[in-house]
Amino acid sequence: MSALAPERPATGPVRPRPRRPAGIGDRLTLRRAAPMIPAAVLLVLFMAGPIIYSLYLAFTDKAIRGDGASKTSFVGVSNFTDALTDGDFWNSVVLTILFTLISAVIGQNLLGLLLAVLMERANRVISFAITSIVIAAWILPEVVAGYLLYTFFAEGGSLDGILGLVGIPPQTLLFSAPIVAVSFANVWRGTAFSMLVYSAALGAIPGDVQESAAMDGAGPMRRFTSITLPLLRPALATNLMLITLQTLSVFGLIFIMTGGGPDRKSQTLPLYMYEQAFSYGQLGYGTAVALLLLLIGAAASLVYLRLLPEEEKR
Amino acid sequence: MTSTAAADAASAPASPSAASVPGPTTARTRRGHKGGKGPRERTAELASSLAMIVIGVAFLIPLLWVVLASFNESATLSVSWPEKWSLGNFRAIWNTETTFRPLGNSLLLCGGATIVTMVAAVLCAYPFSRYRFAAKRPLLLTVIFATGLPITAIMIPVYSLFVQVNLIDSMFGAILFLGASSLPYAIFLTKGFMDSVPVEIEESAWTEGAGVLRTLWSVVLPLMRSGLSVATIFTFVGMWGNFFVPFMLLLSPDHLPAAVTLYTFSSQYGQVAYGQLAAFSIFYSLPVVALYLIMGRSLGTGFAAAGGVKG
Repeated sequence: MSALAPERPATGPVRPRPRRPAGIGDRLTLRRAAPMIPAAVLLVLFMAGPIIYSLYLAFTDKAIRGDGASKTSFVGVSNFTDALTDGDFWNSVVLTILFTLISAVIGQNLLGLLLAVLMERANRVISFAITSIVIAAWILPEVVAGYLLYTFFAEGGSLDGILGLVGIPPQTLLFSAPIVAVSFANVWRGTAFSMLVYSAALGAIPGDVQESAAMDGAGPMRRFTSITLPLLRPALATNLMLITLQTLSVFGLIFIMTGGGPDRKSQTLPLYMYEQAFSYGQLGYGTAVALLLLLIGAAASLVYLRLLPEEEKR
Repeated sequence: MTSTAAADAASAPASPSAASVPGPTTARTRRGHKGGKGPRERTAELASSLAMIVIGVAFLIPLLWVVLASFNESATLSVSWPEKWSLGNFRAIWNTETTFRPLGNSLLLCGGATIVTMVAAVLCAYPFSRYRFAAKRPLLLTVIFATGLPITAIMIPVYSLFVQVNLIDSMFGAILFLGASSLPYAIFLTKGFMDSVPVEIEESAWTEGAGVLRTLWSVVLPLMRSGLSVATIFTFVGMWGNFFVPFMLLLSPDHLPAAVTLYTFSSQYGQVAYGQLAAFSIFYSLPVVALYLIMGRSLGTGFAAAGGVKG
């Protein structure tokens, strides 16, 4: 609490800005910190609490029914060793990484960048109409998006109908390659975010830099790779980090579209976690899986932080 | 470093709040510098427009399905023009059981949680924005870190805790949790908007003897009204679409919001009536679409800029 304590006995010179009226820019006192209490209570009870509790839960055999339900006991790291030796767990890890790579790192990221670049050049009316459609896909509730994309990919759905027009047989992606179908669905739903991030970042690149490079004879491709891309690096790193964290934890979209199936072929970690914790009632084991999911997210974030230019890391 | 400063100054009109200046506008001013369009630029414009149309059509098809199917009583999974337009699907779900109660629950859950979030966020952001203290930077970093925390990953312990304190299936508990889970981002956004309100105006209020809450309510908040509405609407839209939290924490049909009843829609009626599903999806999506139309692009751009570029 020392940080919140009223002014400490003079350490160093007198306050640097003596002419400021009392109150603003001043040290935080206990009374002045009072407005922070509601937020602090909420965050401690509902965020910090569950996180700390999960560190305990992951090492127990807590269950909804069966042995761990009546009497919960400490089981050490066996939840983690169980997970790491379970084929279904590794199946989910691989699918989660595939899902994140296809839908976020490649799909949303590149398509978002492409759209942001295109909207600077395209006809303004067209650009406005198309970006509105892309953003509409983004703001729709997750369950609605799940159903819409389900009908698009389902047997006898829109995709088959369109492919049929050009003579391609039905694909039934939901059965043959469900992870690809849900990845496309996530691209559909999430691209708007990357597009908006990149559009804002491109707008902040001063036009005269591009112009003087053009005058020096740099073509559009050259200007993009040696001016635009380097200047986009901070936006690129933060965007990648945010969409990766988001995509790693996608649940509803896949749950609605495939439920993780058929035969676990689209069961990413959040769905595996859900199945273990609620279908099989193993709360302790499910929590251990959730912690491993967080670990993957943290590792990905560290990688992206290295993409940031030095001065941005602070 | 004067060149950088000059460049900053040059882009100043575009950069201070991307919220008010969407991408296309900056593109226009840049193009304006060069004067008229050459043939080369016209080709680029045409090619870019065509590429956008192709991408846009792909994005449009699923959206088209929901609109067309909702007016088609014999809708199938594939997008198709209704042979007979009718309001039958909307009429079929126009009752308390299917539509009004779930939507009312959504409103109660998300409206309540939005109020919880925004009141706590504004109160918390003020000391953050206005006072100096040693723990400020670590606390702020914690808040930013928490914004990236996947809520999905903590739902099992939350469920387990809620069972123990008997908050499962309690609207009150769900509101508090949903409110708390959106709090980090709301604090982060609100503090950013508050930082841009000049301190000088408050100083006169302070010298006149107004207290913290008084100053906040009558001086600071009115000056950050637009930022505050962006944060509020964004918080609400995020909660409105949230499926996992109410799916885990609420059980009885009396409490379930539209997000969850839409999921049970198909199982409830056996044979899925796709037209009715589409009609309900439209009712359920209408509020967020309306808020988006009211806010215009500033909702998305402002949020993406705050979260992505500064983040």
